[in-house]
Amino acid sequence: MVIAIGFEGSANKLGVGIVRDGQIVANCRRTYITPPGQGFLPRETAEHHQQNIHAVLREALDQSGITPDMIDVVCYTKGPGMGAPLMVCAIVARTCAKLWKKPILGVNHCIGHIEMGRLITNAYNPTVLYVSGGNTQIIAYDRNKYRIFGETIDIAVGNCLDRFARVLKMSNEPSPGYNIEQAAKRGTKYFPLPYCVKGMDVSFSGILSFMEDRIDDLLQKFTPDDLCYSLQETVFAMLVEITERAMAHCGSDEVLIVGGVGCNVRLQEMMGVMCKERDARVFATDERFCIDNGVMIAWAGALAHSSGTKMDFSESTITQRYRTDDVVITWRD
Amino acid sequence: MDESEPQLLKQGAEARVYICKYLGKQTIIKERFQKKYRHPDLDIEIVKERIRNEARSILRCKYANIRTPALYLVDFERRKIYMEYLATNITVKDFVIKHGSANEHFDTIAKMIGQTLRKLHDYNIVHGDLTSSNMLIIPKVQNDGDWFDPAWLAKGQVELVMIDFGLSYIDASVEDKGVDLYVLERALLSTHSNYENLFETILEAYKTANPKGGVEETISKFEEVRARGRKRTMIG
Repeated sequence: MVIAIGFEGSANKLGVGIVRDGQIVANCRRTYITPPGQGFLPRETAEHHQQNIHAVLREALDQSGITPDMIDVVCYTKGPGMGAPLMVCAIVARTCAKLWKKPILGVNHCIGHIEMGRLITNAYNPTVLYVSGGNTQIIAYDRNKYRIFGETIDIAVGNCLDRFARVLKMSNEPSPGYNIEQAAKRGTKYFPLPYCVKGMDVSFSGILSFMEDRIDDLLQKFTPDDLCYSLQETVFAMLVEITERAMAHCGSDEVLIVGGVGCNVRLQEMMGVMCKERDARVFATDERFCIDNGVMIAWAGALAHSSGTKMDFSESTITQRYRTDDVVITWRD
Repeated sequence: MDESEPQLLKQGAEARVYICKYLGKQTIIKERFQKKYRHPDLDIEIVKERIRNEARSILRCKYANIRTPALYLVDFERRKIYMEYLATNITVKDFVIKHGSANEHFDTIAKMIGQTLRKLHDYNIVHGDLTSSNMLIIPKVQNDGDWFDPAWLAKGQVELVMIDFGLSYIDASVEDKGVDLYVLERALLSTHSNYENLFETILEAYKTANPKGGVEETISKFEEVRARGRKRTMIG
């Protein structure tokens, strides 16, 4: 029986989660929300995490009924992410590990998303589409690594959506992506945008600057809703296309969508249509698990801990750059 | 028209491939069927563009003396393209998996790939989807069998055929060529992760294939794109 606590704070979400043998007993979160037209910056985000982490930790312990002495391993996000916010969680995790005299384990954020998705959906060996504000990757498991088959060659899809929301001065509450999704539902007119697929890789920066450069003209002919609709239709079609390509390449019949953009229902719907055509199944989760959280870190840490992975206290650092395929997966065959 | 009933050969991610007799010849028909997940306007645009790219690049390859299936007919209305059928072939992917352990084969193939890519790029063609599945090895003289004998390789009896030019374009920039190489490196790393030097050998042959040089800029762009990919901060 493994009880693990996880601290996540690689971007503007701060999460503490606790898992007991694959059961989620606490999943607490706070989001740092910036005013319309603004993105989150490292220093302010770190301050937000500092101000909230004790309350979130207390909430998670209370909610779960778990006391520190019952915990087997303290997990935190080692990277990738923004340095300063990562550091806040790492420091609190180290302090807890010392205070409670427990082992500490740094977890790769991307691996956290994948393992959480597999836990929640029971997908067995899926092709994974990992889409968030900082990442866009197509991943499949092969010989002890989650290997990256395709990814963005410039900005992440979530970053593209968030920045477009800023161009339109949309609210960041609850999240810019959510507001684009709602606006897109009201859009009716489709405006053709650049479509950029290179093999299994994609590029989004061209689409964003195309929109930015013409925004005043575009708003003469199209409503913001139409533009959100056109943007979503284009970038999601690109993602579904490279996912299908990767599935064909690996002979896979399961897709798992993880990461913040993964809770977009239109993306899930398009993926579903693609999968239906090829007799495959799509797995996705809702905002509780798609969006960054502490549980994913706790669960990935619990898996690593159970398979014997250990981290020396002196190694409990953070890193802004930490690729998914750098991690040796000891808990899968 | 002399066109026999087409037989479905392969159902791919974006196209169905049929074989039939067309004007007395064994012919491949590649039909880019509608993808229902995407907006119909976008779908039509993508399909038209890809058929156009494929036809254009095949023609340009002919000019550059790069072997591709010969182009017979383009039918935009029915989203189809008719091409030469190469009965005896093996994809580089299957070849490396089956025979890759024999080093001499491995090197010969890698060099062929490097030289062909260099020729493509020297003629300003960017493939756009370089993988080991999009390269075929065929005997210089097609036989009736559908098997492939690796011994042909040692005797220099084979040639490399590039296929699937749907994502290609011509008059490409140096950056595009760099990305092309990067896409190949990534594809080989994920598909043939047990042969780490495959790409290195290809790249070496690519660099030295044309004695006139002029490759430095492409290589430095490639390294720039690669650095961008590896070092990019990945914020969750």
